Amino acid sequence: MEHMGIEPGRLQFSWVSSAESTKFVKVVNEVSETIKKLGPNDRFVKKEIKVA
Amino acid sequence: MLAYTDRIKEIARALLTDCRVELVIGFRKGTVPMMNEPCFINSPDEADQLVWDSNCGINLANYLANRTEKIGIVAKGCDSRNIATHIIENKIGRDQLFIIGVPCQGMIDRRKVNAMFDGEVREVVESDGLVTVRGADFEKSFEKSELLQQNCSVCTHRNPVIFDEMAADPVDEQQGVDRYADVREIEAMDPQQRWDAFEKLLAPCIRCYACRNACPLCYCPTCFVDEARPQWVGKSQNPVDVRTFHFLRAYHCAGRCTDCGACERACPVGINMRVFTKKLEKDCFESFGWEAGLSPDVRPPLDTYRPEDPDDFIK
Repeated sequence: MEHMGIEPGRLQFSWVSSAESTKFVKVVNEVSETIKKLGPNDRFVKKEIKVA
Repeated sequence: MLAYTDRIKEIARALLTDCRVELVIGFRKGTVPMMNEPCFINSPDEADQLVWDSNCGINLANYLANRTEKIGIVAKGCDSRNIATHIIENKIGRDQLFIIGVPCQGMIDRRKVNAMFDGEVREVVESDGLVTVRGADFEKSFEKSELLQQNCSVCTHRNPVIFDEMAADPVDEQQGVDRYADVREIEAMDPQQRWDAFEKLLAPCIRCYACRNACPLCYCPTCFVDEARPQWVGKSQNPVDVRTFHFLRAYHCAGRCTDCGACERACPVGINMRVFTKKLEKDCFESFGWEAGLSPDVRPPLDTYRPEDPDDFIK
């Protein structure tokens, strides 16, 4: 995805066990922080077709 | 090339006469220059139709999936790798196949040739590594190496990896070619440049799905783009939908693509969608040391687990 031009950090992978609640919170906070910095993702939003 | 053709005809005729196969899949002369068409030969006297030259770029493994009869198939390096992939994926049994291996010296890029001349190219003849292109009022000869498809010019598996009989002696494999120069070019860009590069690449796409149909890997009974419930991808010409189709298709080919170039060759508007599949091919090679289809006995990286598999991307 990043090869295609998605900003690095937009797509993240992590492995959290159902017993690792603290890790889950940490990961979610980290991800939302990174994503907020990147701003809204408009790459995959379909724009209205322009009619002349 | 002529010798190849004679030998292929001979083997095909013998196979059909002895009833060792029910049909032979090969190439016959196309109706326009540089476009040989695949053909299915059912009886020994049809075997004379078969040809072999540098315009056999279509991947014949595409016609094997789910067939039940015994088949003889003409296979160059990449075809044979796709046949191996088919065997791994249980799309055909090895015992059903008689593979006529053809050492390949690369296929001619017909777009390159057509772009060189203003008029219509009427005839393309090759002999001893020289390719002569003729039109109504022009004639020019080239070294074959100048006219190769890009994927052929960086190919390192020209000889079939599996075969029952070879049509000729193996050719020398190309040494020291830089297979991933084009991928690295994109990797060097920043995200915005990459996005724009792909946007530009896919702009002419009309979503005819010729690339998918020509691809031996794309044998799903219902492709994800055709599915309506659930509808994974929009069916419009919107750039987002077009891109989604192309990158998802590439993902489906990860660890399976042999870079045979059938998709690019089939594209009516000349999009090089191989830049998607090639990136995944490179990643597979770098992460797992994997090149698709080299043996029908080794399981591909995406369905095996090894403790040393890279996992740096998981936080």
